[in-house]
Amino acid sequence: MSSVETSPQVVEEVLFEAMAEMGPERADIRREATFEELDLDSLDLVEIAQIVEDSWGIELDPEDFANVKTIGEALDLVLARMP
Amino acid sequence: VSERRVAITGVGAVTPLGVGARVLHDRWMAGCSGIDEGLGRCMEFDPRLVLTKKEAHRTDRFTQLAIAAAQEAFEQAGWGGGLPYDPERIGCVIGTGIGGIGTIESQHNILRDRGEKAVSALSVPMMMSNAAPGAIAMRFGLTGPNWGVVSACAAGAHAIGSAMRLVQHGEVDAVVTGGTEAGVTSLATVAFARMGATSRTGLSCPFDARRDGFVLGEGAGILLLEDAEAARARGVEPLAEVLGYGATADAFHLTAPEPEGRGAARAITRSLADAGVVPADLHYVNAHGTSTPLNDRAETNAIKLALGEHARRVPVSALKSAIGHLMGASGAVEAIATALALSERVAPPTLNYEEPETGLDLDYVPGVPKPLPARVVAARAVGISNSFGFGGQNAVLCIAAH
Repeated sequence: MSSVETSPQVVEEVLFEAMAEMGPERADIRREATFEELDLDSLDLVEIAQIVEDSWGIELDPEDFANVKTIGEALDLVLARMP
Repeated sequence: VSERRVAITGVGAVTPLGVGARVLHDRWMAGCSGIDEGLGRCMEFDPRLVLTKKEAHRTDRFTQLAIAAAQEAFEQAGWGGGLPYDPERIGCVIGTGIGGIGTIESQHNILRDRGEKAVSALSVPMMMSNAAPGAIAMRFGLTGPNWGVVSACAAGAHAIGSAMRLVQHGEVDAVVTGGTEAGVTSLATVAFARMGATSRTGLSCPFDARRDGFVLGEGAGILLLEDAEAARARGVEPLAEVLGYGATADAFHLTAPEPEGRGAARAITRSLADAGVVPADLHYVNAHGTSTPLNDRAETNAIKLALGEHARRVPVSALKSAIGHLMGASGAVEAIATALALSERVAPPTLNYEEPETGLDLDYVPGVPKPLPARVVAARAVGISNSFGFGGQNAVLCIAAH
């Protein structure tokens, strides 16, 4: 996997686009926004985890998101697992 | 305690003839067909025009069709700006034959091709047969009784009958009801063909000697039923009234109707008795008319059994000649078509009827619409809508327009 594909900008772009498909307006999806504010729930988190695994081979469990409130925290969780 | 009367105050439909109940009526009257290459697909339906992104992402097509039809019904009934009753006093009862079979098929393919971890967490909420009433309750904030109805091709009619009882008995003031189906999928298309139910020629010609099976279709029909007094109190002129409902079982065969039509005839008789009308009061019969060899003969027998001499006088027409068989949606779409036909005092045509068959000798309204007798121009017009499901499940609605 090249460094370009796993850069923070790319991760953010891929996941923001995916979240925009789930309901929230693209402009409202920011690092500071909470999942609750965006009306993204546990079913959406499962889908986000699938996209993360499909895109970068990183396996996430629902428990990994237990303390995640904001979009930024979720991105950091993914980036911290990057090889 | 006298039963409350049940008004139809709004209708919405998405069908192979287009988006909208009025579109359905007008195009059927004009003799248009929504069938293309032997299938009845809703080609004009774009879920993005009605649904939110979140709704569209989390729903199978059968729920999307229902939401769009419900939105139309709400606006027609004047509910677009807000609910006219306590939300707890508004129910939602919607039928489907199969539910989210498109989701079942696609997720099964994903499981087979990509493994367990690729299966969507939304699979169950999308495929479940009760998803449509759940999604409609969320969209409009309806917190009264809410469930799905499953009785194959009679589901839409059973749903309306159940909803009618909720209003009659005072359990609620209004119900959002109807049926929906999106079963034009690879598995369903093949499975119906394997049992010999669908047409090889792709021609939907109910009651015609050439008929060789039904044409698979998709769509949704949603009606708002209200306590007639409450509707009047808020200044609404109902489109029509649900007068009666009769439901029976053949207890005969898994898929074939009882050939003499006795079970279906009992459903017709019960709906008329429930409505307080006699066969001679009936101005129009909206047939189940699937274009299968067995149904159309058994249904003709049933109409004769139930209506006696009057069977030869009353016009009988089949919407499936124009849109195919919408399965769990058909009973609801046809109830809407019946209400609109009665309100305009006209029997819409059975399309593609050219070759009569011995014994199938009712007035099937071939080709062109037929005005209902002049005497009903001023008085109320009364009709029935027949629906019969695989499993021998029969539901007949008696509808009147004033």
